[in-house]
Amino acid sequence: MHETDSMVMEFSVPNTLESEIDELITHYPEKRSVTLMALHALQAHFGFVSDAGIEWIAQKLDQTPLAVLELVTFYPMFSREPLGKFHFRICRTLSCALNGSEKIYWALCEQLGLDKNVHKRQTTPDGRFTVEFVECLACCNKGPVLFLNEDFHENMTEESVSKLLTICNGDNSSERKGTGK
Amino acid sequence: MSNEEKVQAKVEVPMITFKVDGQTVSVPKTLPHPVTGKPEPISIIQACAYVGINIPHLCYHPKLPVAGNCRMCLIEYGMPVLDRERKPVLNPDGSPQIRKMPRQAIACATPVTPGMEVYTQTEGVIRSRKAVLEFLALNHPLDCPICDKAGECKLQEYVHQYGQETSHFFETKLEKPKKKAISSKIVLDNERCILCTRCIRFTEDIAKVPALGILNRGAHNTISNYPGTEFEHNYTLNTVDICPVGALTSRDFRFQMRTWFLSETPSICPNCATGCNILIHSRNGHIYRLTPRENDAVNSCWMCDSGRLNYKWVNDSRRLSNVLWSEAGRRDEINWETAISKISAALKSSTKGSTAILVSARQSTEEIFLVSKLAKLLEAQTDSRPRIGEGDFLLLNPDMNPNSKAIQIFGLASATPGANVSKIAKAIESGAIRNLIAIGENPVEMGIEPGLLSRLDLFVVCDILGNKSTLEAQYLLPGASFAEKQGTFINAKGRIQRFGKAFEPMGEARPEYWILSSLLSALTDKPWPNTPEEIFNMMAAELPAFNGMTWAKLGTAGMNLLSTTNTTEK
Ligand code: SF4
Ligand code: SF4
Ligand code: FES
Ligand code: FES
Repeated sequence: MHETDSMVMEFSVPNTLESEIDELITHYPEKRSVTLMALHALQAHFGFVSDAGIEWIAQKLDQTPLAVLELVTFYPMFSREPLGKFHFRICRTLSCALNGSEKIYWALCEQLGLDKNVHKRQTTPDGRFTVEFVECLACCNKGPVLFLNEDFHENMTEESVSKLLTICNGDNSSERKGTGK
Repeated sequence: MSNEEKVQAKVEVPMITFKVDGQTVSVPKTLPHPVTGKPEPISIIQACAYVGINIPHLCYHPKLPVAGNCRMCLIEYGMPVLDRERKPVLNPDGSPQIRKMPRQAIACATPVTPGMEVYTQTEGVIRSRKAVLEFLALNHPLDCPICDKAGECKLQEYVHQYGQETSHFFETKLEKPKKKAISSKIVLDNERCILCTRCIRFTEDIAKVPALGILNRGAHNTISNYPGTEFEHNYTLNTVDICPVGALTSRDFRFQMRTWFLSETPSICPNCATGCNILIHSRNGHIYRLTPRENDAVNSCWMCDSGRLNYKWVNDSRRLSNVLWSEAGRRDEINWETAISKISAALKSSTKGSTAILVSARQSTEEIFLVSKLAKLLEAQTDSRPRIGEGDFLLLNPDMNPNSKAIQIFGLASATPGANVSKIAKAIESGAIRNLIAIGENPVEMGIEPGLLSRLDLFVVCDILGNKSTLEAQYLLPGASFAEKQGTFINAKGRIQRFGKAFEPMGEARPEYWILSSLLSALTDKPWPNTPEEIFNMMAAELPAFNGMTWAKLGTAGMNLLSTTNTTEK
């Protein structure tokens, strides 16, 4: 469409992903209802939701690209920029906040060279780490809690989060861990 | 269009009785949905409007589907108390017992039910209005002094009515895109936007181009088009009209004039055969904008962008503004009296049938009627130029002339308009035609070569802007634009509609009906009617199609002609 052709060409959805979405379509009364699930599938695969991805979904589900973009910008869980290989999501809702989730966030930011006063999603310049605050992760009795990619970590302290970072730093594989379903 | 049906439906549907602010009223039980036309239960806001009670509202628009998002229209209401057999419980005095509902409801999305009581002026309702306005103002920039909408902004109006002098909010206001060019015609100020979604609903449901949406969440909501695309179609500027605040502004009108200095003249768009009802907004002889004027029989509340923006020529400094007479290679300014007497003398001395008249279907019906009289008197050949463009499903008619119907009614064009021109050219060549009068038409462009024109004894051109023919004219008579005179146009469906005069013609220019009437008076040695009203009434008395209409009866909404009413339409 309006995007540069090269972008659209670079973007390609593998057959497995497309058939996954085709299968999803069969579960809903109308194609439009699949939008959210399709976005999750695309983000899980590519690590973020690109313009080309939005347009691909729009076409697939007979939507306008704008309608898909509305959803993407409504839900904070979608990212328009590539996420780091290690994605920290720290709960900042009441229980976790009372138990010091801010300290965990600060510790992470300081150790990764990110700005601890910024309350928006941040990614390190090397693209390896993304840190952000999120709302309640539904494990309020074990706060502060966080997600590292898709893995849950409870009762976090500054020490335990540093340990997690050390493990991440030692992982040199290029694969993004735990982003499957 | 189904609009007429809608109006009819309004009359035929059963009525429903309810009470508003203590007054018992009856309203139609249903009204047609603004898009589908299907009957829908009448809402409280519609029912109140029906009986002349205006409930403050921002997102509700009578011509759009209901969204119910602004909460400005909150009211209180009560319902009749029913017993176990669902019969109304009566008070000792025999009146039905009413139970006031504990919560307020939005009048735009709550249907009227029989026996309901609506309260629009209670303390609670006023308090809600104040609260809603306070919320709306939280992140609003309140930059009325530089806002184009100031003076006609709904938010400003309601804040003036219900606003409070202080806010409870001391935090910093959110920042959003302030002058986003969403199209070549519109600039969007997201900070002023109150997120009523009228623009989204218009473009999606009326123009059928789903081009606008809401990005982000909560207070960060932002009206937007899809990045990289533009909000472009021929009806986009209607969103500027219906935006209740100054969020959508027309680039053409932006910062040009404070709205309260503009006078509004009811008129008709002269750019196609649809004849959209419009308002001319002018000040000191200058048009600043055209906006649609509601007429459900023609254009609802809308008009197309191409018609709306085609007015600059009226104030073009190159307008013809002097009466000119050329002879022996000289061109002199003369006055109107001299011009009329010289032209009529020349016509009087020439033989019948030696004149041709080209008259534009952009002239008023009254002018076209007078041309038909002139043609009869001179036994003249006539024709008119068709202007064919591209129509669309909503309003735009492919006939770009506003008054082809009048040309047709008075038989001033050949069966295929413009087909006579070659005959006229030949007759000029053979000497059978000695005089040519062009009114709003350009004979050179229609195919009569300048070489031929120089053979004529008399060549009169009456026009507004210069062209190849005005250069050749022996008598050049400056005419008036649609904004500078009164008149009527008959639209493609045979509806005759009046347009008004916003200001005086430029310079020496005169309305063509005056020129024609003067010429007829000089030719016949008796006075002809020379005001649009008199000419109209003379014409209406002569033609059965006008069925006893008078200028006064036409009003500002127009009437349908009898014989030209399109009966084949479903
Ligand atoms: S831009 Fe205007 S019409 Fe559109 S949502 Fe905002 S306030 Fe309403
Ligand atoms: S549809 Fe025709 S009459 Fe209506 S605004 Fe456009 S050009 Fe003018
Ligand atoms: S508050 Fe942190 S998980 Fe619920
Ligand atoms: S007018 Fe009723 S909610 Fe906006």
